[in-house]
Amino acid sequence: MTTVMSRTNPGHDFPTAHLFTLQGFRKPGSLTDCRNMEQETCYHCGESCRKQRIDWDGKYFCCDGCKTVYELLKDHELCTYYDFQAMPGISPGENTYSGKYDYLDHDTIGDQLTRFADEKHRHVVFFIPKIHCSSCIWLLENLHRLNPGILQSSVNFIRKETSVIFDPQTVKLSEVAQLLAHVGYEPLISLEQAEKKERRVFNTEVLKIGVAGFCFGNIMMLSFPDYFSVGNFFGEENLGLFFGMLNLALALPVFLYAASGFFKSAWKSIRHRYLNIDAPIALAILVTFLRSVYEIVSQSGTGYLDSMTGIVFFMLIGRYFQNKTYDTLSFERDYKSYFPLGVTVQASDGTTSGQPVSQLKKGDLILIRNQELIPADAILRSAQTHIDYSFITGESEPVKKQVGEHIYAGGRQLEGAILLEVTQPVSQSYLTQLWNGDTPKEGPKNNRLVASINNWFTAAVLVIALGSAAFWLVVDNTKALNALTAVLIVACPCGLLLTTTFAHGTILRIFGRRKFYLKNAAVIDQLAHIDTIIFDKTGTITQGSEVHFEGAPMTPQHYQLAASLAAQSSHPLSRAIHRQYADGNELAVAGFEEHRGLGIKGMVAGKYVMLGSARFIAGSTPTASATTVFLSIDGEIPGFFSFSAAYRSGLPALIQNLSRRYQLKLLSGDNNADRPKLQQFFGKGTELLFDQQPDQKMGFIRQLRKKGNTVLMIGDGLNDAGALRESDVGIAVSDDTNTFSPACDAILDGRALHRLPDFIRLAKAVKKVIVVTFALSLSYNLIGLYFAVQGTLSPIIAAILMPASSISIILLTTISTSVIAGRTQHDKDQFLS
Amino acid sequence: MSALYILIGISILVALGFLSAFLWAMRKGQYEDDYTPSVRMLFEDAAEPLESTKK
Repeated sequence: MTTVMSRTNPGHDFPTAHLFTLQGFRKPGSLTDCRNMEQETCYHCGESCRKQRIDWDGKYFCCDGCKTVYELLKDHELCTYYDFQAMPGISPGENTYSGKYDYLDHDTIGDQLTRFADEKHRHVVFFIPKIHCSSCIWLLENLHRLNPGILQSSVNFIRKETSVIFDPQTVKLSEVAQLLAHVGYEPLISLEQAEKKERRVFNTEVLKIGVAGFCFGNIMMLSFPDYFSVGNFFGEENLGLFFGMLNLALALPVFLYAASGFFKSAWKSIRHRYLNIDAPIALAILVTFLRSVYEIVSQSGTGYLDSMTGIVFFMLIGRYFQNKTYDTLSFERDYKSYFPLGVTVQASDGTTSGQPVSQLKKGDLILIRNQELIPADAILRSAQTHIDYSFITGESEPVKKQVGEHIYAGGRQLEGAILLEVTQPVSQSYLTQLWNGDTPKEGPKNNRLVASINNWFTAAVLVIALGSAAFWLVVDNTKALNALTAVLIVACPCGLLLTTTFAHGTILRIFGRRKFYLKNAAVIDQLAHIDTIIFDKTGTITQGSEVHFEGAPMTPQHYQLAASLAAQSSHPLSRAIHRQYADGNELAVAGFEEHRGLGIKGMVAGKYVMLGSARFIAGSTPTASATTVFLSIDGEIPGFFSFSAAYRSGLPALIQNLSRRYQLKLLSGDNNADRPKLQQFFGKGTELLFDQQPDQKMGFIRQLRKKGNTVLMIGDGLNDAGALRESDVGIAVSDDTNTFSPACDAILDGRALHRLPDFIRLAKAVKKVIVVTFALSLSYNLIGLYFAVQGTLSPIIAAILMPASSISIILLTTISTSVIAGRTQHDKDQFLS
Repeated sequence: MSALYILIGISILVALGFLSAFLWAMRKGQYEDDYTPSVRMLFEDAAEPLESTKK
């Protein structure tokens, strides 16, 4: 645009060209954006200071919390915190009231966090999901400078844990937790966390790999003279025996320890009368070892110990690679990790104290603040309020509760603080009953492809082995045993194990990078076999809610009036309006009045503004069924705000893509207000069921599976827990993987939901990769067999074949899987970090 | 050639020494976190650097 202008009107248009440039880059119509170019951001946390700006010590802060943390750090000379990363802080938030962690001082819970304790030292480990950068590590390791009672602390960044050693006589556990929350690093403490006693035991898998690798390398080195027959050349036969014995000694740890996993697994499967993939592998290892022992002891040869240890080494690496785990995610969570551990209890004299949730009794008065979870069934004793049950029941709208009404546990309080009287202890609340009724999930079915290849392969091997033995028995007796054992040594389906483990491991990592976290490799195979997909609605395909205005056209000033008034109220609808329409320049409100259940009103910039129900504004009873909030300015009613669920972007395309290959259904715990819109998304004729209770969802899936369908369930809340467990593959959608997600087979980040068709396609493609690379590995087997059946398999041939085949298979599998994965990713989303 | 016996013997002992060092490091938990130490060594503390806690 600028160039056109300057060419046609040279010299005259400089000011206007400037204006055109501006408009070319900015949103049309919002001249205020020029002003906001130099918006201040909070020195501590980096959020914009739009809503509120606090000036202190020559820096800007977005809220009092951030400023307080800065003050604290400055007083203790800890401002190096800001040197490692700009704006590293986390705003402490309004939820950190004093006394929040008092329940930790109660022995049972505190003990579960404690690793070690004596009179002078107590060593606890906190899980802090907010750790995200090097500044965090620095500050958390310098806690001793903030409180002298803390002796030392160290961070495990991968697991987001902080170990703190403190003097229990100087400082209490609750104070340590309070300090952490105070500087923005709130520890996440849940019932499940507290019960997770097992400390990560020192990793035996890595140890086995280490031992196998050590022995493999050394045996190979010691076998070199034998390959080139040096021992005999020098005429020292004892040397040959010496090397042989050394090899044997080195092979023993591998056979007895490193390979023990294979033997145990093979034995288990034989006892159950079927052959898994470890059975022929165990057989091959056993035969190789025994034959090598015989050869070395009788000095008739040097055995094949280098091949044996080598193959054990590569296969162990493959197994380790396949078992990728995510340290901060958990796929086993149930209601225990959903509930908080502590709650504020109000005594009869009005004083409040922090208590463990497990100690709540009938009749206790508890104080639940804004955004806190209700831990037990109770009766509302203070003023009416709204509770968010979307995670429990799937209802997208907050439920209004009056004084004296019964409130179920698990809901989230939405307005200010309320007082509740407990009616059932936590273990007997409705929610826990819901969970206890669940049957445990059946284990994953064995990988069908691998099982079928394995069976075929083993049969072929046995035929060839026995055939060649029989042949040699007839022709030349001495070679029979030689040929038999040689065939069993060579024909090991190690190639199959290597391809599957490396292919699965690569896929798991690729999925993880794309925000799709699988519990284990078995899920990949199950994902490839599904034919029906069931969606939940609230939180799964929706994310939050949208506000629309309907009525006469509104000017920005009108929106500003509405937003300024709405800012004064904590009602969820007011907050939604404020979130959508606030631009940081809220006006002052005089004479603000809130009439619970009806609306709010006040004087904004000289105008009399009202927001509320139709009855509040105009005295009429509403006809619209959807939630509406009417706006009135100086007596005139321009229109109303309506609220609807915001569907995730990319949803229509996703559903269209999936409906081509799979049967789709929707099971929602919410009402059917959105049925027309959803029918449009899913297409006519797709079954959409609403108002589903958790056990109804579970039963529906059970029916489908009985009919022979393989079902994938995608959900997010506790009301999907049973369904997720019942389905063949259960995916939990989450927008924040640090918070709770129910027990499932995979966790999918909400922003990556639209990639689901690609993920499924990739899972199917993996099968092809496995088959192709296995066929390649067969070629190595055939070469080896050529020598084996003739009885001329020399150790050097085996020693060449084994690493050559293993490494080439590993490389081929990993590369081809990555290539296939690269091809199916067409978009690089900017909003995925 | 008899020197070879001694030489091989010694080299095996040295190698075993390394293996036991590996085992010791694993038991001490040095492999539990392979990211944080890389960040930690860039810190300059007024106080002396803290050692990782006993596991």
